[in-house]
Amino acid sequence: MGIFTNRGFQPKRQSNHKLPPGQYETTDFPVLTAGPTPRIALTNWEFRLEGLVEEPVKWSWEEFNKLPMQDFNPDIHCVTKWSKFDTHWRGVSVDTLLEHVKLKPEAQFVTQFCYGGYTTNLPLADLRDGKAFVGLVYEGQPLAPEHGGPARLVVPHLYFWKSAKWVQGLRFTAQDEPGFWERGGYSMYGDPWKEQRYRDDDDDQASAGSIRL
Amino acid sequence: MSRVAWQLATVKSIRSETPHVKTFVLSLPSWTLHLAGQHYDLRLTAEGGYQAERSYSIASPPEQTGEIELTVEIIADGEVSGYLNEGVQVGDQLEVRGPIGGYFVWRGEAGAPPLLLVGGGSGVVPLMAMLRHRQHLGLRTPAVLLFSVRTPEEVIYRAELETMAAADNSFTLLLDYTRQAPPGWAGYHRRIDAAMLAEVVAHFGEVKPQAFVCGPTGLVESVANGLQAAGLAPEMILTERFGPTGG
Repeated sequence: MGIFTNRGFQPKRQSNHKLPPGQYETTDFPVLTAGPTPRIALTNWEFRLEGLVEEPVKWSWEEFNKLPMQDFNPDIHCVTKWSKFDTHWRGVSVDTLLEHVKLKPEAQFVTQFCYGGYTTNLPLADLRDGKAFVGLVYEGQPLAPEHGGPARLVVPHLYFWKSAKWVQGLRFTAQDEPGFWERGGYSMYGDPWKEQRYRDDDDDQASAGSIRL
Repeated sequence: MSRVAWQLATVKSIRSETPHVKTFVLSLPSWTLHLAGQHYDLRLTAEGGYQAERSYSIASPPEQTGEIELTVEIIADGEVSGYLNEGVQVGDQLEVRGPIGGYFVWRGEAGAPPLLLVGGGSGVVPLMAMLRHRQHLGLRTPAVLLFSVRTPEEVIYRAELETMAAADNSFTLLLDYTRQAPPGWAGYHRRIDAAMLAEVVAHFGEVKPQAFVCGPTGLVESVANGLQAAGLAPEMILTERFGPTGG
């Protein structure tokens, strides 16, 4: 169907940035969540690394904020079609977190788990080498609850649902275990440049069989 | 096997719902049974290959086979909705794929909890699919629609909703006009707040309803918080939000 065109349709939104297929640029910061926004008291907040690690670790809010922080300026691509360029965050690189655990050799994938019950999955390699961070500050302000505050994971090279809001920790697994949206038929990987929105869009559709959107 | 492939739908009819909202009835060559609350992606392609995509909730119930109805809010300067509004006529073709989404859905199972639907503006669209599905099933599961709009002319599906409410005493329609109410209006005339939600939840008595909330982010945030304050568990509150951008 590649040759189909809509008669008279003209691009209206101009972007100075290179957009992934099907995306448009926004300067707002839209919100998309499946349920109510969890409110997490900082005194109760914790962040954990668990699963296939020799020794699980856990940080309180105070301890987490003492970890070395960096500035990040990622572009964000949401599966609901908006992209937002050059955002400003401060947070802790996942590489920094991983210095505190010894992973078992079979750890190949990660489930991000969250306050409120949300989960999302991705390969471990996609969190390493500067590719991902836990964001605490957005545009100079503490991250707002509706955007995932007090802390959310940010994995900018994948669609934004792979960046869990209200993140509580990372669980290391041997298999790629589908998370919340993934169980509902969304892509296991979510590369915006390949437009992997849904399971059918994945390179390897071997496991797509019985999943219904 | 699920195939969410793009297909060329044909515009069967177009209805004006309000001055800024239109419903497009699309005949699909490959129609798939959907769930009330799911959406379709729609893609426009310009000469030269530029493409723009948006997601639109399905307004029609699954009983309406072979076609889907997408109700679209025409946004000022909207790249996609603007073209749908001005550039699309009956008989034209549009590329769509779906149905998509497995979370914000209502299956209409017998014995399911009562339904509390809260919609702001065009957020009513997926809720309408649920109400139409419920009507087709002949279910008397108690249902309330709290529908918040700015002015009387913005009530999408008004005639159908009022007819539905008149014919079915297990369905309650609560309109809320935030800016301008009709003359003599005795109903809600303010932004949805915690007190209003507590009143609405009280409609259901002892049994706690399943809530579906759809609308702009600010409304959904405050309604989800208010419903929790009114005693609903977070897992009984499903939300779908759209930001101020869209298009």
